Amino acid sequence: MAIKLNVNGKAVSADVDGDTPLLWVLRDSLGVLGPKYGCGIGQCGACTVHVDGSPVRSCQVPVEALGKGKVTTIEGIGLSPVGKKVQKAWTDLDVAQCGYCQAGQIMAATALLAANPKPTDDDIDTAMSGNICRCATYVRIRAAIKLASGQSTDKVF
Amino acid sequence: MADGSTTGASRRDFLVGGGASLGLVLSFSLAGSAGAAETAAKLNSYVRIAPDGIVTIINKNPEVGQGIKTMLPMLIAEELDVDWAQVRTQQADGDPATYGRQIAGGSLATPMHWDELRRVGAAGRSMIVAAAAAKWGVSAAECTTALGVVYHKASGRKAGYGTLAALASEQPAPTLSKVTLKDPATYHIIGRPMIQVDTPAIVTGKPLFGIDVTVPGMLFATYEKAPVFGASVASADLAAAKAVKGVTDAFIIEGGTALDGLLPGVAVVATSWWAARKGRERLNIQWADHPTSKQSTASFEAEAVALSKATAPFRPRNDGDVDAALKSAAKTVKAAYSYPFISHANLEPQNCTASWVNGKLEIWAPTQNPEPGRQMVAKTLGIPASDIALHMIRCGGGFGRRLNNDYMVEAAWISRKVGAPVKLLWTREDDMRHDFYRPAGWHFLEAGLDAQGTVTAWKDHFVTPGEKGTPSRSAGMASTEFPALFIPNFRYDLSILESQIPTGPLRAPGSNALSFVMQSFIDELAHEAGADQVAFRLKLLGDQKVVGPPMQGYGAERMRGVLKLVAEKSGWGRAMAPRTGLGVSFHYSHLGYFAEVAEVAVADDGTVKVKKVWVGVDVGRHIINPAGAMNQIQGSVLDGLSGALHQKITIENGATVQSNFNDYPLMRISEAPAVEVHFLLSENSPTGLGEPAMPPAPPALTNAIFAATGVRLRSLPVDTDLLRKA
Repeated sequence: MAIKLNVNGKAVSADVDGDTPLLWVLRDSLGVLGPKYGCGIGQCGACTVHVDGSPVRSCQVPVEALGKGKVTTIEGIGLSPVGKKVQKAWTDLDVAQCGYCQAGQIMAATALLAANPKPTDDDIDTAMSGNICRCATYVRIRAAIKLASGQSTDKVF
Repeated sequence: MADGSTTGASRRDFLVGGGASLGLVLSFSLAGSAGAAETAAKLNSYVRIAPDGIVTIINKNPEVGQGIKTMLPMLIAEELDVDWAQVRTQQADGDPATYGRQIAGGSLATPMHWDELRRVGAAGRSMIVAAAAAKWGVSAAECTTALGVVYHKASGRKAGYGTLAALASEQPAPTLSKVTLKDPATYHIIGRPMIQVDTPAIVTGKPLFGIDVTVPGMLFATYEKAPVFGASVASADLAAAKAVKGVTDAFIIEGGTALDGLLPGVAVVATSWWAARKGRERLNIQWADHPTSKQSTASFEAEAVALSKATAPFRPRNDGDVDAALKSAAKTVKAAYSYPFISHANLEPQNCTASWVNGKLEIWAPTQNPEPGRQMVAKTLGIPASDIALHMIRCGGGFGRRLNNDYMVEAAWISRKVGAPVKLLWTREDDMRHDFYRPAGWHFLEAGLDAQGTVTAWKDHFVTPGEKGTPSRSAGMASTEFPALFIPNFRYDLSILESQIPTGPLRAPGSNALSFVMQSFIDELAHEAGADQVAFRLKLLGDQKVVGPPMQGYGAERMRGVLKLVAEKSGWGRAMAPRTGLGVSFHYSHLGYFAEVAEVAVADDGTVKVKKVWVGVDVGRHIINPAGAMNQIQGSVLDGLSGALHQKITIENGATVQSNFNDYPLMRISEAPAVEVHFLLSENSPTGLGEPAMPPAPPALTNAIFAATGVRLRSLPVDTDLLRKA
C-alpha cells in the first residue's frame, strides 16, 4: 500500500506494508541512506532519526505508526541551526573514525542540544548512551558536543 | 604475515616482509599517459593534476576508519610540494598490478609506504620542475617549488602546477630510488593535523559505505547459514518464503566445507531487504547433523585444564634451566590465566553488492583484503579472476573481520544465480554468529624470584585452540613473545586444544590477549617481590638498547622511554583513596612501543569506573597526521577496555550463544574515560597506529583493579562479582 510521509520537509510516498520499519522505508524505498542499520533491536542508535524533533530508533518504528509525524534524517539536519552547529563541531574535531555510527550520533547530539543548550558531562552521558561507537570515538563526541554548545573542551589534537 | 596473524613467524618479520613488498611497489609503472577523456594530466599511477591546479591523489589501500585515505595521500602531497587545500583524494579499485598488495592489516601501511609514497610525490614534483625548465629554457636546478607553484627566481618567472601538468606528464619518469626527498624541517603537510577527507560526507550522511551501494535494477538478499559452523541444509520451506510479497527467489546453496569460504545456507532475494528478511523468517530450515555440534566453551575449559597437566607436545622455547632455577628460587609464583573468544562486532554488518552481467562480475565490497576475495570468488564460481572488477568501498569498521571475504563470495554466487545485481546484507545476528573470533586461550604460568626480587625463571604452558596439532588462525604465540629473551631461564610449552571454531585476526592479533596475561603475571611478580610496579618493569627491561636479532629485536630502550614517560605523566606513585588504584602495563606490537596507566575506582558493589588512561607512545620520529593518530590511540585504548570489561563469546552445542548488543555489550559513552596521549619522538622511521595501542589497555585496567581492591583478575571479561566489598 502507498504510505505518505514527510521526510526532510518533502512529501513522499512509499509502496510498503504498514509494519515495515521506518529505517527500511527510508533506505530501500526512498533511497535515504544516511540512517544506518546496526542491530535492528534499538540497541545501537545507528538508525536514529528525528520525528517531530525527537530522536527515535527508526528500526523500531513501523512506518504506519508515524501518522503525520515529520521525519528528519542526517541528510536534512543541517537545515536547523543546531544541527548545522553540531555537524560543524563534528568536522572541526574530526570526530569520526569509520563514520558508520556518526549519523546517529549527530542526530542524538542535535536533539540533546535543542533541549539542553549547555549540557554537562552527565547530561551528555545520559543523552548519548543509546548510541554505540564501535571505534570508540567517545572522547571526541563529548568534546564536539561541548564545542557545539559553546563550552570549553579539552584539546583533542 | 600480511594478514596480521602471529601464527608462525615472528611479528618482527614485518621488517623483512615490508622489504619484499617494497620491491613490488617500486616496480609499478611511473609512465604517465593522459587519458583522452581526462582533462587532468596523469603524472603516474597515483597523481593527476588538472589545468586549474586541482591535484587528485589515489589512495591505494582500503579505508576502514584508520584514516588511510587521508594519510597516504598526505605523504605524496608533501613531496609533490602542493597545498593540501588543492588536493582531492580518490579511492583505488582492487588493482594489485598497479598498486601492489592492497590491505588494511597489520598496521603495515605506514612502515611499508612511508618511504616509497614520499618518493612517488617527489618523482611527480621533479617531472613538474622538468616541464617548467623545458618551457622556460632554464636549468631544472634553478627552479624551486612551493605550494603547487614552480619558481625561477633569476628571471622572476612562476607557473602553477596546473599549467605545467600536461607537459610534465610527457617528461621521463625518474627512478624512485634516486629522487631527492625534502628536509623534514620543511614539511608543511606531514605532522599537521588534517581532517579526514571523507569527514564532510560522513557528517552529512552521504552514501559512503558498502551498505549504501546502489546499482540500477538491484535486488536485496539475506543468507541464512547453520548455527553450527558449516552444517548443511537438510530441508527448507522455500515456497513459504517465496510467497512473501516482494520476494523474488529463495534457494539452497550447497556450499563447501571451508569455514572462510562459501558455506551451505539458504538465500532469499527480494525487492527490499525487509521483504527478504520476512521471507527468511518462513524458511523453517532444518540443519543436518555436523561433527562439531558438541563443541562448547565448558568442554574447552575442562579440556584446557586437563591438557595443562599433561606433557606438552611442543616446546617452542627452552632457555637455560627452568627447573633448576625454580628449585633454587627464593620465591615461586603460580597462576592460571585465560581469555575468551570475542567478536569483532563491526557496527556495519557484513555486506557486499555483486552484479553478474554476461558472464562477468562487478563487485562492490567493504573489504580490508580485496585480492584474496577476488581469487576466492574466481575459484568458487569457476571464472577467471580477470573477469571480476572489484571496487573497494569504505568499511563501517574493520578490526580484522573484513580480512575475510566470506560475504563477497556469497554475494557473487547469489547474483549469478538470480542473474541480477544483488546487495547481500547480513543481520546483526548473522554477523555475531558467523565471525572469525579472537581465539580463546589458557596460560598456566610459574615463575621464580631470587632474594633480590629479580625474575630468574619463567615458564608458560600455553593451551590454544587448533586442529591437528596446529594453532587455529591467530591463536599462535611467537617464541620471542615478551618476556622471552629478558629472563635467563625461560620455557614455553604449547598444547593444542582440538577446536573447529572459526578464528581470525582481531585488532592486534595475539597481542590483544597475550599482553593481558604477561603484564598481569608480571604485576603479580612485582607484588610478590614487594617492588614498585614501574621500577620492577624497568629492571625487567634491562639496560640494553635492543634485545634480540638486529633489525628485528625488541627495542628495550624505547620501551623504557615510554614507560618512564607514562609514569611521570600519570603521577605514578601518588597516594590513592580507598578502592581506587593505578595500574601499569606495556606492550610492543606492530613495531610500536606503548606503555599505559589506568586509574580506576571500584564501587562497593563491584562496579568498575575507569577514570582516566595515560598513554606513552613511541612510533618513530614523525606523527604523520596527529588528528588521526590521536583518534586511533584513544579508540584503541577504549576498544581494549570495552573488551576487557564486557565481551565474551560463548559456544554451546557447537554454536555461538550471543547474538546482538543486548547480550554482547560494547562500551558506551558513559563508561568512556579521558585518554591522555603523550608521544615520545625517537630517531626511528614512523610506524603504524591502527593496533598497538590496544594490547596494554586490558592489563592496565586489571592491574589497577588489583591496586584498588587486592583482587587479582586472571580471566576476562572482568567479573564484578569478585570485586564486591567484603
